[in-house]
Amino acid sequence: MSQDFRLDNIGMVNRNKKISFTFNGKKYFGYEGDTIASALIANGVHLVGRSFKYHRPRGFFGVGVDEPYAILQLERNNERDPNIRATEQEIFEGLEVKSVNCWPSVNFDIGAINNFLKMFFPAGFYYKTFMWPPSFWYKIYEPFIRMAAGFGEASIKHDKERYEHKYEYCDLLITGSGPSGLASAYAAAKNGARVILAEDKPRYGGSLLTSDVNIGNQTGAEWSEKIITELKSMSNVIVKNRSQVFGYYDHNMLVMSERISDHLPKTQKYLPKQRLWYIRAKEVLISSGSIERPLVFGNNDTPGVMLSSAAKEYMKVYGVLVGKKPLIFTNNDSGYETAIEFKKNGVNPIILDTRKKPSSDIITEAKNLGIEIKYSYVVVAAKGYKKVKSADIAKISDNKKDLSNIENIECDCICVSGFWTPSIHLASQSGNKSEFNEKIDAFIPKKSKQKENTIGSANGKFTLEETINEAFNKGYEVSNKITENNNKVSIPTVVEKKSSEHDKFWCVPLPKGKSYKRFLDFQNDVAVTDIELALREGFRSIEHVKRYTTLGMATDQGKTSNLNGLQLVSDIENKVVPQVGHTTFRPPYTPVSIGAIVGREVGKHSKPTRKSPMHEWHEKNNAVFVDAGVWLRPRYYKQGNETLFEASKREAKNVRKNVGVCDVTTLGKIDVKGPDAAEFLNRVYTNAWLKLPVGKARYGVMLREDGIVMDDGTTTRISENHYHMTTTTAQAANVLSHLEYYLQLVWPELNVNVVSTTEQWAGAAIAGPNSRALLMKLFPNTDVSNEALPFMGYKEADLFGIPAKIYRISFSGELAYEVNVESDYGNFMWEKIIEVGKELKIQPYGTEALSTLRIEMGHVAGSELDGRTIPHDASLEGLVSKKKDFIGKRSLSRSAFTKPDREKIVGVVPLDKTTSIPEGSYIVKDPKAKLPNPKLGHVSASCWSVEYDNPFSLAIIKDGKNMIGQKLFAMSPLKNKTIPVEIVSSHYVDPEGKRVRA
Amino acid sequence: MLYIFCPHCGSRSQNEFAYGGDATVKRPELNKEISDQEWNNFVYLRKSPRGKHLELWHHISGCRQWIKVERDTSTHEIFKTYKADELTE
Repeated sequence: MSQDFRLDNIGMVNRNKKISFTFNGKKYFGYEGDTIASALIANGVHLVGRSFKYHRPRGFFGVGVDEPYAILQLERNNERDPNIRATEQEIFEGLEVKSVNCWPSVNFDIGAINNFLKMFFPAGFYYKTFMWPPSFWYKIYEPFIRMAAGFGEASIKHDKERYEHKYEYCDLLITGSGPSGLASAYAAAKNGARVILAEDKPRYGGSLLTSDVNIGNQTGAEWSEKIITELKSMSNVIVKNRSQVFGYYDHNMLVMSERISDHLPKTQKYLPKQRLWYIRAKEVLISSGSIERPLVFGNNDTPGVMLSSAAKEYMKVYGVLVGKKPLIFTNNDSGYETAIEFKKNGVNPIILDTRKKPSSDIITEAKNLGIEIKYSYVVVAAKGYKKVKSADIAKISDNKKDLSNIENIECDCICVSGFWTPSIHLASQSGNKSEFNEKIDAFIPKKSKQKENTIGSANGKFTLEETINEAFNKGYEVSNKITENNNKVSIPTVVEKKSSEHDKFWCVPLPKGKSYKRFLDFQNDVAVTDIELALREGFRSIEHVKRYTTLGMATDQGKTSNLNGLQLVSDIENKVVPQVGHTTFRPPYTPVSIGAIVGREVGKHSKPTRKSPMHEWHEKNNAVFVDAGVWLRPRYYKQGNETLFEASKREAKNVRKNVGVCDVTTLGKIDVKGPDAAEFLNRVYTNAWLKLPVGKARYGVMLREDGIVMDDGTTTRISENHYHMTTTTAQAANVLSHLEYYLQLVWPELNVNVVSTTEQWAGAAIAGPNSRALLMKLFPNTDVSNEALPFMGYKEADLFGIPAKIYRISFSGELAYEVNVESDYGNFMWEKIIEVGKELKIQPYGTEALSTLRIEMGHVAGSELDGRTIPHDASLEGLVSKKKDFIGKRSLSRSAFTKPDREKIVGVVPLDKTTSIPEGSYIVKDPKAKLPNPKLGHVSASCWSVEYDNPFSLAIIKDGKNMIGQKLFAMSPLKNKTIPVEIVSSHYVDPEGKRVRA
Repeated sequence: MLYIFCPHCGSRSQNEFAYGGDATVKRPELNKEISDQEWNNFVYLRKSPRGKHLELWHHISGCRQWIKVERDTSTHEIFKTYKADELTE
């Protein structure tokens, strides 16, 4: 297909590399370096979408991040990527893009009927139209709105692309590589500062690529090429293109999204799709430039109406004509530059200037080129539906209120220029309160809030000379605060054409009897009438007007809509713009993909995975793993076709009958050392610790200050001033922080040190009646008899040449020991235990069997110590000292905690001895009582008792102590079950605790 | 993300720290008889001032020291940081 709108001798795209892509299923060609927008315009395609609300035809309005219309959906490597701006996305071989917000096609869109129903879609129509009747909401209104709204459709598949995060520090971050960015980066880099220069486009240079200027005897483009080449060669400078700094956060933290592979056909193996940079900068120079302001007139949203600067950039950068019969509608000299560029490329434009008699170098040049100029003229309305075909133009009176001589002239595009709006988004995000500058009719940053400065046209400096001087000086000044090198480079001379003043005119009045839609916000379909309505309805604050009308929302963020909207509000309210103020600019400045925000922290990578030293053995022996906090623990070891239930029953039975071994490496371990260690433990735990002899362990419970149980575990006195504390797997980190808090802040006078040793020790719990026999074989040189190593005893021993620690403690309620060796020997220990234990019928057991064993013993764990229970509730009141003070003790005497019918742990057995009780079930007296049925408590843990071969549960219920023996009901509304149960003691097996002492 | 000066390690990003609440709260002495009201104030009642606030941060992914940070709760400006045992102004 021929490219009717491509120019031969101009542009920066690579004419030697043709690229094919499809748009709405149709194949087109472009060149390497083209964006979707430039390639489509080259092919004469202007209709790319439908508008948000009225489904009016949409074309291209801008050439970069400012584009409000051309938002497409990209299909890439079988993935859908919505919210792609055609003006930013570069084409690559095989690219597929589609229009959004239209059905069945962009050419014939059913939703366009909204355009004819627009009286039903005024400002705030969501709040008005869909209010009544309420029953319509879910079934009719919401599906309708969902189908009609939105820019594209996110993929529901797992995104296989890789996104990365990077943290970077620098002296100076410069956002934008236009003249001010380049000049300040150069000055700062030469002064020794570590500089990051970020450019959102593929090409560096900003306005220098398209303006007819001269710096240091070179064209703007040549100078920018020279500077960027030198910057790239400097080791103290990072230069990044396709990188948008989109957010300015606290303490000079800025976030930048780098589009690394978005312009490539397929992500290369070691290249991420995008990278998010978190940059902590000592100083920031905001050189984000400015965006041309639209003029408001009838049907100013018709495809073919676009910013005059965009038209110029399409010619100069891409070699593409946006039209062959252009109309230039301007209130300042910028439109003339576009007209001159058209003329130079063989196209005859007509300029309509709202000013009466402007004069400047540029205007003179246009006149000399023979360009037709009409002064005091405006476009009243664009004509044409899917593309501009002609325009009604008129002479405007000096007071800009009356139109005369209305005529229709043929044209195929209307390039508008309503002067320039500085992009102050980043400065505003940093906390900088902007001020209104009357000279340029726009807001510019005021006093720096964080360490930021705004330079160039973003700061309202619209001549190159001012910009270059300001940028060189600021670059030096800011860098010198950091480096103190005093190395100042000379500022090059600048040659540019002088401009005349712009006209403050921005909105064309409606001719008599006409009601053209005049749009302010092109992306969100907000027209002049919508703002007028909002004000009539009483909305005054600009923030309220924004929310009611959607002005400046979504990806536009006020880029093209903001100032005209504010102008209108201030005109109607008879205020000046600074009184109206502007809405808050929020990050992100441009859309950022969710993938980039998430980075690599997806799926299994969203948290670290910790494995014990015996993990490989577990894997080899068919362990099925379960997440325990960040740890992976064997849940059960599968034999043949066993289910979880069958396997855990087998493993638990074997512990009760023979001997089992369980990996308990994950338990938290903390070394507590120092002359005051005993005193410290005495304050941390509820029970007494001062008299624990060396070589003995003790079970302890620690509370929070509010009296709630925080954690439990055994602590062993290894030597005079050395204790080995264990915590639950889940609470290990919290307990350490808790101990550090009291040692550092509350009782700094205690001479104690705590350190985590969780990762230093591998642990194996050996439990069951055969466990002592096994120990004797493992430690033949150590006396492990009941007398030498009694319950809660501790011994150091030699495990086939490896130093080991034996703690006689039990969670299973059986005769049990815990053997610890240094982590590196963990696997050796485990294999020895299995090997030596074979003749004693040892089997490894997982967390499921472990739970079964502890539940039927009535030992509490996380499901009972759930952040709501005090020691009494878990039947741990025997461990609460009445003599000494400890953390949280005072809370225990508060009235709610001393009520006689306070909750207490009990055992629950189903009357039929077969139905398992779902965890979380309520215990109630009468299952048929009127709802809400008063509950006595809840079932905290359930198991199949291997001792009695029937289901058994633990529950925490009101007045539990006096409920034993009662027949009640366990109700699970979730599982729709009501089970008659009997309340029994929580100590279901071996209530006297004989086995652990055997 | 805040940039917090740890008096032991230097300036570090907020994600190395855990927030620890009001630093002006003083735990009642051990073994001292106090009323329910006083104890309640210590356990539950916290001021949430707009503006300057002395708060605790725990450098959990660094030196594991608890530090005191004087921060403006509305602007996030950090005026000064102190070691746990350092006297605050």
